[in-house]
Amino acid sequence: MTHDVTQLSKKNTRHRSIILFFCTLSGLSCFSVLAEYADVVLNRNAEFNDMPPVVFPHWFHRIRFRCKVCHHELGFKMRAGSNDITMGDIIDGKYCGMCHNGEIAWSVDNCELCHSGKPGLKTGMQGSNETSGPGRW
Amino acid sequence: MKLTKYLAVLLILLPCNLVAVQQHWKSLINDGVHDPTSPAIGILQEPSQAFSLLPADTAGNKVSWVRALREQYIQPRTNIFPETKINVLDMDIIMDRTGEMPMVRFPHKAHTEWLDCENCHDDIFIEIADANPVNMFAILAGEYCGRCHGAVAFPLTECNRCHSVDRNTFTGQPGAQPEKDLTDMLN
Repeated sequence: MTHDVTQLSKKNTRHRSIILFFCTLSGLSCFSVLAEYADVVLNRNAEFNDMPPVVFPHWFHRIRFRCKVCHHELGFKMRAGSNDITMGDIIDGKYCGMCHNGEIAWSVDNCELCHSGKPGLKTGMQGSNETSGPGRW
Repeated sequence: MKLTKYLAVLLILLPCNLVAVQQHWKSLINDGVHDPTSPAIGILQEPSQAFSLLPADTAGNKVSWVRALREQYIQPRTNIFPETKINVLDMDIIMDRTGEMPMVRFPHKAHTEWLDCENCHDDIFIEIADANPVNMFAILAGEYCGRCHGAVAFPLTECNRCHSVDRNTFTGQPGAQPEKDLTDMLN
């Protein structure tokens, strides 16, 4: 009888640890990083000028353009936050304005399609783990 | 009795887990960066819509971008200006000073399919094999390879994708390997 109880308790402990393991896994997988990998928030100038921050999805653009188009031809520096982009530049056809001109992509009068970020977001990579600048790993 | 309680917790958490597995990619409305009240939600393309059609990967966007390009799932433009020269190079660099880790094979091909030479040379890397003091501390701090890997290219958790050459079985010389013909690379 005693033997049975011990066995049962051992069994229970094993069960418990297995279940705890799965619960932890379930719990962890409920939390994931914010944003899509390589999403960039641009807020150097946006909220200062009473506009919501811009969310730039790298994934959407790289399906349509190779990195070299923006980072070689258009002159975007490869470091989030290092490009001082103004609406003036864009309207003049620089940076985003090279395509966002109503011909290749939507024009600048669709403000809210780019300025779609939550208030108060900081400029930088949001969905990467993570190299928006010097070492935050 | 206690076991029943644990099972109950597990049963409650299971659907959350399944949802998390099902939704590889967060919807824009709850991705933490888009304003859920923005009129852009519903107009902008959802990541899952695009990614579910592309070859899968285990890290980053959970998409193998190199395969997506080579197998023509996507055909991203190489240039906007007609006069821009499209530079591509098929030449590997084997880096052997990697401590106890396997040596690194850097494939110019996978990189120049996406990037121009000028993106890395000479600001990030001097154009001489073995002349760049690349190390993992700098990479983790966002320098050298870390300029893109860990930010937009596959993350730095994927050690073996770069550290892929076993030094015991490698018979060649480290450094720049012979350049290969790239006629079929030009699209």
